[in-house]
Amino acid sequence: MDNIVEKVLKPQNQTSVFIKRKRTFTLAFLGVAALFGISAAITNYDVIDGFESIPKAAYWMARNFIPDEKAWSRLPDILAKLSETALVSVAVTVCAAICAFFFSLLGTETTKTARWLARTVRIVAAFFRNVPDVVWAILLLFSFGQNILTGFFALFFATFGLLTRTFIETIDEVSASCVEALHATGATGLQTVFNGVIPSSLPEIISWVLYMIETNIRASTLIGVLTATGIGYLFDLYYKRMDYSSAGLVVTSIVILVITIEMLSNKTRKVIM
Amino acid sequence: MSEFVITEQAPISLDISKYMHRTRDGKIKTAAKSKSGLAIKTTMFVLLTLTIYGFLTFDYKDIDMAKAVVGTWSNIKVVFGQPMLTYNTFPGALNALLVTFSLGALATIFGAIIAFFGALLCAKNIANPTVANVTKSFVAFIRAVPTILWVLIFTISAGLGSVAAVIGLTFHSAGYLVKAYAESIEEMDAGTIEALKASGASFWQTVFQAILPSSISRMTAWTFLRFEINFANALAVGAAAGVGGIGFDLFMAGNHYFDLRELGFITYVVVVAVILLEMLATRIKATVR
Repeated sequence: MDNIVEKVLKPQNQTSVFIKRKRTFTLAFLGVAALFGISAAITNYDVIDGFESIPKAAYWMARNFIPDEKAWSRLPDILAKLSETALVSVAVTVCAAICAFFFSLLGTETTKTARWLARTVRIVAAFFRNVPDVVWAILLLFSFGQNILTGFFALFFATFGLLTRTFIETIDEVSASCVEALHATGATGLQTVFNGVIPSSLPEIISWVLYMIETNIRASTLIGVLTATGIGYLFDLYYKRMDYSSAGLVVTSIVILVITIEMLSNKTRKVIM
Repeated sequence: MSEFVITEQAPISLDISKYMHRTRDGKIKTAAKSKSGLAIKTTMFVLLTLTIYGFLTFDYKDIDMAKAVVGTWSNIKVVFGQPMLTYNTFPGALNALLVTFSLGALATIFGAIIAFFGALLCAKNIANPTVANVTKSFVAFIRAVPTILWVLIFTISAGLGSVAAVIGLTFHSAGYLVKAYAESIEEMDAGTIEALKASGASFWQTVFQAILPSSISRMTAWTFLRFEINFANALAVGAAAGVGGIGFDLFMAGNHYFDLRELGFITYVVVVAVILLEMLATRIKATVR
């Protein structure tokens, strides 16, 4: 009798859950600490230097990034390059999304294409996703030179790979049930795509496209530094000439553009979803 | 005692024509007009217009498209078909890969620590609304500046090296993770926090006994996703800002030695690393759940 009461009042598992949790946290903490130590040793990272550099950089930015008269006179140039970069990001994302959508239709389980075809699609998408956009940019630079198309295709390949995988997942998740229903009514493959897959997955797809536009504006700045095009090039140019006030104006204009796009896409997403 | 009075109910109206609309040629409309449908159409129209406008106004500098495409195709065949190291050694490439990996890891660790406290300041269910809004705007600003610009800015104050790279990468990681962590915290059950508050737990007790245990799995998933992004960013920054690692080797192979075979070999090293990282992340996410 006593034994049973003791067992009920002191369930042994309960204490061990907390001990187990503590042990997991301790192990995770030690793992992260070890990773930190090894990484810092490999890269010669100086922790104190790192912390000191933040206020230093903030002070430097506050002193040098204030746009002066010379910087304001460059505003038309900056805005022209900025709109070019923004348009490239939109164009890249839209083209990649259209291609990725039709490509992902061949790779989903929902549309029931041949297994080898679905597999090939996934492998091709994985290839484009895993080769970094930097590699594409360097590779394209050989034949396309310092052209706007270099950045365009570099971003296109990377975006295409990423969106194909995302769209395959989205379509499988969102459209499976309605496609099944349409199949049951005897709809053909194309009819299911246009009446089932597209309407049901479109909100999700648009949301991803908006996200990729934001990401691609930042990515195209980096590709711009590398391929000497767009707003990235302009920043690099002012930066290397030590014309920091103009560089500061470039940063400010990018910030305003990105935040505007983020706000617009958040609003759109709220209405769509 | 009250009595129920059963009133005679009006028959449910079955006037279908009220709900059924026909198009001009007599077909029954199957889709209802909705606000979201209109928004989707508008968004698509605007994006397509911008795309076409972009293509019409880009400065192509009279590029010979056919020649460039043919040239690129033959370059792609060399890069992916005949990878070979000339200027770099295989251990050297692996070492550079390790440097890029470490830069990404350091930025992720710093970013995660900063983001955890940042998320506590701006998660809707625990934070003060004013503080939350200020934090959110500050974080939005940090996220809006591209990583490469942060790195270049920090290069001036900290010199060209790992400090500039890590701090530059950390800024964007922290901004990204604050948003992700805050969403993870907002998804948790409101009752748990309330119960702990009612029992007199302090703020930090609530954080470590309720918030952290219930959202740690989602946070870990986000952190590993960010680690993959940080690895790619460390690579890109290495190439564009010259802070070292395998990204810098890519840049040297392509833009300095003009050696396609070397570029191909390093690309393969990077691709294998990215795939291994993705597999590791998937496995860790599975064990955490």
